[in-house]
Amino acid sequence: MSTPRPLQKEQAMIQNPVRSSVLQSTLLHVFLTILALLFLAPLYLMLVYATHPDNGIYSGALWFGSEAVNNFKNLQADTNFLRAMGNSIIIAVLYTAVSLMLTSMAGFAFTKYEFWGKNFWFGVILATLAIPVFVTIIPQYILMARNFHLTNTYWAVILPTLANTMGIFYMRQAFLTVHTDLLNAARIDGASEWRVFWQIALPVVRPAMAALAILLFLSSWNDYLWPLLVLNNKDAYTIPVALGTLVGLTRVSWGGIMMGTALSTVPFLILFVIAQRQIISGVAGGSVKG
Amino acid sequence: MLRLRQNLVPYGFLLPYLLIFLLFWAYPLIRSLLDSFDDSRILGFGFTPANWTRLFSDPFFMTALKNTLVILAIQVPSMLALAIGLAIALNSEVLKAKGFYRFAFFAPLVVGTTAYSAIFRLIFNTQYGAVNHGLNALGLPSVDWLNQGTPALIVIMLAITWRWTGYNAIILLAGLQSISKDVYEAAAIDGASKWTTFWKITLPLMRPSILFCTVLSVFGTLQLFTESALITAGGPGNATMTLGTYLYQQGFRSFNFGYASSIAYAVAILGAFVSWIQLRLLGRDNT
Repeated sequence: MSTPRPLQKEQAMIQNPVRSSVLQSTLLHVFLTILALLFLAPLYLMLVYATHPDNGIYSGALWFGSEAVNNFKNLQADTNFLRAMGNSIIIAVLYTAVSLMLTSMAGFAFTKYEFWGKNFWFGVILATLAIPVFVTIIPQYILMARNFHLTNTYWAVILPTLANTMGIFYMRQAFLTVHTDLLNAARIDGASEWRVFWQIALPVVRPAMAALAILLFLSSWNDYLWPLLVLNNKDAYTIPVALGTLVGLTRVSWGGIMMGTALSTVPFLILFVIAQRQIISGVAGGSVKG
Repeated sequence: MLRLRQNLVPYGFLLPYLLIFLLFWAYPLIRSLLDSFDDSRILGFGFTPANWTRLFSDPFFMTALKNTLVILAIQVPSMLALAIGLAIALNSEVLKAKGFYRFAFFAPLVVGTTAYSAIFRLIFNTQYGAVNHGLNALGLPSVDWLNQGTPALIVIMLAITWRWTGYNAIILLAGLQSISKDVYEAAAIDGASKWTTFWKITLPLMRPSILFCTVLSVFGTLQLFTESALITAGGPGNATMTLGTYLYQQGFRSFNFGYASSIAYAVAILGAFVSWIQLRLLGRDNT
């Protein structure tokens, strides 16, 4: 169906593929490199600024300075950063562990059992993906503050976020790859349903769980709005809330803030280099699979 | 007895999640709908559509809505075009040093909103920000980024683009890699140019993942809060106030829960409406 003209053009390219592809490839690399450097610039500046006093930052420092320790001291004095970091770690670990447990159990139920209301529940849970957090946040807040009196506790941050639809969807996809024959073999050997889940099915989906764990940890670590609502005591702050209070101030110590952002970001940049494959497959796995 | 136990087993697995889900999702969902129709001046529940009618005559809500829609109309398509380009480039066989590019474009996805909001607020500062230092070095005048309406909105859009382009590129890359190579070979045999191949094969076959990214980005934009709250504090004036920051203000600064609930549901309705349009536009003859 093709017209002769593009065919000739294509043949010309085939006759001299080297020159055109070298040019194209060079252009591609130049363009992508410029874009990549622009993307890296904010992170690089964050690291540089974390080592400078404010006047160094204002005068446009582009290389590392020697004030890292002082910046950290200021940060620690402005907001109890170590305490916030401890809170963030405990909350993220607890959330990740409990959420993995709940979503894998639910994902297992949805793939390996037939039960009354299965499609109904799955439909209802999936539908929440399309509902903005704003819709539930006010009653959630009232529940926490007025009914349960849990404000400023770890559970106030963790409990509502455990209703994690993305996790269920993701674990369901993972359990679909587990052969039911494998589970039945264990059942014939007399294993209880819990053992079938815990000792047979879970180990098979461990790589998927690792990817999900990283995403859950990150989402908890970086969450801002919900912790901002339920934490109003400095000692209970997580890192984003602590940093947020500093950014909002009129007279700010930017060196300290950049030290804080660097300390909360760098571990994950390193993790990203190490576990790139898991993180990428986790993000991609949350999307529609054909 | 055995049969009953078998029927209860899946519910045993589901129950812990379901309890959390019902308490912290299903109940709040209904509760905030009721609150949005509640007359707070009456003790107990008193039905009134006042919160809803107030939305249409509230200039602050209209400003927040307008700002959110402007970001939706400009930032989302630009970012997705960039993400599609990146996904195709990163998938290219001729590309060298893929590790470096992957790190550069995907690293922002581990950075939290508070962290990058702080960085962007600093580097776009008018007097001492790195961006204006750079402009001056090139002989260009400084821009008062955060104290003028349009520039402030641009900074917000740049920040979101920086954070989310890589995330979308990953999803699009996965979609791209699921396209069979046979299709491209067939196209090459038919003598299709690269341009034709892109428009007639790559793009249509990426449609499901593009649709997914669009819906995700739209929902993300509708729920914009941290960037507007921390980079520009909604200002200057209300130039960067989003539906999220306005809801926060009404709900948690003025404790106007009823009105905040109707803002929340307005966001949900808007989201459903925009997704419906997207499904009509992008989802047609979707196999």
